[in-house]
Amino acid sequence: MTSTQLNPTGPASLATTGGAHFGDRAFKGLTLFMALSVFVLIGLIGWKLAHGAAPAIRHFGWHFLIGMEWDPVEENFGALPFIFGTLVSSAIALLIAVPLSIATAVYLTELAPRWLRQPLTMFIELLAAVPSVILGLWGIFVMIPWLRDYPYPWIQKTLGFLPLFKGPIYGYGMLTGGIIIAVMIIPIITSVSREILRSVPGLQREAAYALGATRWEVTRIAVLSYAKKGLFGAVILGLGRALGETMAVTMVIGNIPQIVPSLFAPADTLASTIANQFTEATSDLYLSSLFEVGLVLLGVTVLVNIFAQLLLKTFAGPGVKPQH
Amino acid sequence: MLMQALACVCAILVVMPLVLVFYHLVKSGIGSLNWDFFTQLPKPVGETGGGMGNAIVGTFILLGLAACIGVPVGVLGGVYLSEYGSRLNWWIRFAADIINGVPSITWGMVVYALVVLPMKGFSAWAGGLVLGLMMIPLIMRTTEEVLQLIPGGYREAALALGISKWRMCVQIIIRTALKGILTGVLLAVARVAGETAPLMFTAFGNSYWLNKLNEPIAALPLQIFEYAKSPYDDWHRQAWAGALVLLSLVLLINVSVRVLTRDRFRKSQ
Amino acid sequence: MTSDEKKTPSAASSAIAAGPGKPKTPAATPALTVRGLCIFFGANQVLKNVSLDIGARAVTAIIGPSGCGKSTFLRSLNRMHELVPEARMTGEIRLFGDDIYGRKVEPVIVRRRVGMVFQKSNPFPTMSIADNVTVGLRLNGIRDKKILAERTEKSLQMAALWDEVKNRLSAPAISLSGGQQQRLCIARALAVQPEVLLMDEPASALDPLATAKIEELILELKRDYTIVIVTHNMQQAARISDHTAFFYLGELVEFDTTTKIFTNPAKKQTEDYVTGRFG
Repeated sequence: MTSTQLNPTGPASLATTGGAHFGDRAFKGLTLFMALSVFVLIGLIGWKLAHGAAPAIRHFGWHFLIGMEWDPVEENFGALPFIFGTLVSSAIALLIAVPLSIATAVYLTELAPRWLRQPLTMFIELLAAVPSVILGLWGIFVMIPWLRDYPYPWIQKTLGFLPLFKGPIYGYGMLTGGIIIAVMIIPIITSVSREILRSVPGLQREAAYALGATRWEVTRIAVLSYAKKGLFGAVILGLGRALGETMAVTMVIGNIPQIVPSLFAPADTLASTIANQFTEATSDLYLSSLFEVGLVLLGVTVLVNIFAQLLLKTFAGPGVKPQH
Repeated sequence: MLMQALACVCAILVVMPLVLVFYHLVKSGIGSLNWDFFTQLPKPVGETGGGMGNAIVGTFILLGLAACIGVPVGVLGGVYLSEYGSRLNWWIRFAADIINGVPSITWGMVVYALVVLPMKGFSAWAGGLVLGLMMIPLIMRTTEEVLQLIPGGYREAALALGISKWRMCVQIIIRTALKGILTGVLLAVARVAGETAPLMFTAFGNSYWLNKLNEPIAALPLQIFEYAKSPYDDWHRQAWAGALVLLSLVLLINVSVRVLTRDRFRKSQ
Repeated sequence: MTSDEKKTPSAASSAIAAGPGKPKTPAATPALTVRGLCIFFGANQVLKNVSLDIGARAVTAIIGPSGCGKSTFLRSLNRMHELVPEARMTGEIRLFGDDIYGRKVEPVIVRRRVGMVFQKSNPFPTMSIADNVTVGLRLNGIRDKKILAERTEKSLQMAALWDEVKNRLSAPAISLSGGQQQRLCIARALAVQPEVLLMDEPASALDPLATAKIEELILELKRDYTIVIVTHNMQQAARISDHTAFFYLGELVEFDTTTKIFTNPAKKQTEDYVTGRFG
């Protein structure tokens, strides 16, 4: 388009030059192409992992998932200890994180003094930004010695009759792994829960107040039960994060694949196995087995995340933002 | 009253780890933050001294490479989601949210198979690629959010002047939202700056300065991890220092971004 | 519903007082001719068989109660209604004889000949005053600094804003007051040198003083431009327009000179509306 064509008059003036139209279509195509990259990424992850895991799958079949031996020397790979480790550590993490997170979310939205809410929220979002490896570092040198010397012996003294708490206390181990995962997932569960609670319409609260309920009763009846589905979604989102947590867990869980009842004993998870052994995999089958571990991890996390996202999207009030 | 106290206690417990972590980082790390630390290479095993200069530089190089991939794809994808509506949009957003939840270590394995194996070696390219791929869904979503905040009136005014849609998107809408888009990019950078697992099989780590981009490259998180699990006290000391630098970088980005966006929001009221 | 074709017994001897580059259109030729216009948003028919002629170099007011389709009608004149998803139209609209909905006609080009000013002023926030005025030119390829500077001054003068901003052209556009911003938007629209200027309730968000300035401006502008203004303020329509079209529920009820519509309307519905019995 040149300046002389800007003010044409006469019958030819509305004739198309095609220029603007081409620009529009090219731009739309470009942006669409970029947006579709997410599908490419998903496909890429799934395909590469499946491709890498194929030899191990062919070799071990179902035995991989129920085998208890992980022996690189004999090339006998069974991933059950890792599955066990991942599930148990995540379960511990949820047990600790969920009550704390939801209570904190309630505090932030309903109970805290107004001047405190924004800074406290920002503080918790900053906690979400702490890299996993740094938390692991702190876990090794600060948390583990403290746990080993104070809470753990006390727990063993009082609850030691349970098989869960028998056995030697090293400091690192399954319980510690669960605790550190809890620290990592608390911020996200709190943030999402807070968004969910904030999106509960004020009318619900007002109705409860009008019926003469106390502040806590209003929270319990009008807010929490209304938000149940969304809060559940937040928890599942946290679970998804817990399952995939790698660095901090690797540094504190002991890295010994075994299935024992004691929570003080060292363990290993799917993610930490890969982290520790990937660069040392000597044979193709070894590497392929690690890929299969990754595939299992991916499959489980994606399923859990899909579940969580569906819960959140079908609950979502107007104020629920996507979580990164 | 009881419930309020209980909830308050929970909030305190939740906040404590960050306080404790930062406290210990400063306590154990700040003494080691000297000129040597920022400029020297790591010394061989067993010797004291040396620094993490190459790891710090390496992290910046990796982030730069990552941004080259993550920013164009993410921003343009976000523009599509915001400015061009279609049924596909719901699926694209859903896919992006799912990818955000994929464990970062699986990303490392994917890029290992994709780049490291064919190239027969670890490299800065691979490290930059994996971080960049991780940034794409993050930036896409934040860009879309920011663009959605721009009132429709501006789009209408631009179109009514006879400006074509693509020029409107690029030269008016993106320009108006630039600060917000930048915010999203910075947050994504801060998020991947601390990632260790995916770098373990792509960038791999290096004890020397970088010569070429297709060599293994050092990065702060990798170095911290290596030193933390080693038996040497001197390396432990340096791990704390490195962690302090890394956390400061990450927190600095996060805090300044939040402060800037809060001001902007208040100003527009 | 029919309407009478009315020629403009227009205000001044407009042919002489032409602005730069304006086509010398004899006052008798209508600027826009609308025939059988129907607009649908999905299954919902918003405009029903509207036909009228918009006189050149005159002000035509579109009035009617909320939801009567007047905004949609206005937007059909520069194809802005197409921004609504699932919008469809039948009928014909010609701009000085050119079919603006022709098969190969791009909306972008129509909009350069038919400009628009909106209810809420929307100068682009990241640009200065001068940049706002010239944005329509620059984003369509005109880069010559001399031309841009000339057009900036002329457009701001035509919008009665030049004296107030001539010393701070590089100040951010949002530093202006509400009324000034709206005049800036008018200048921005005029810089592209359209032949017709559409105004969608341009003063409804402004205080009475600013409104009066805008109305003064419109009376000045009609010497050079064809103006179509949607307004819910009937006194305003009576003050500034030469012709008035009354819409109701998507149909054109009556179209005539303003004096006739407001003093002796032909249809009872029109009379009821202008006397305030409903609306």
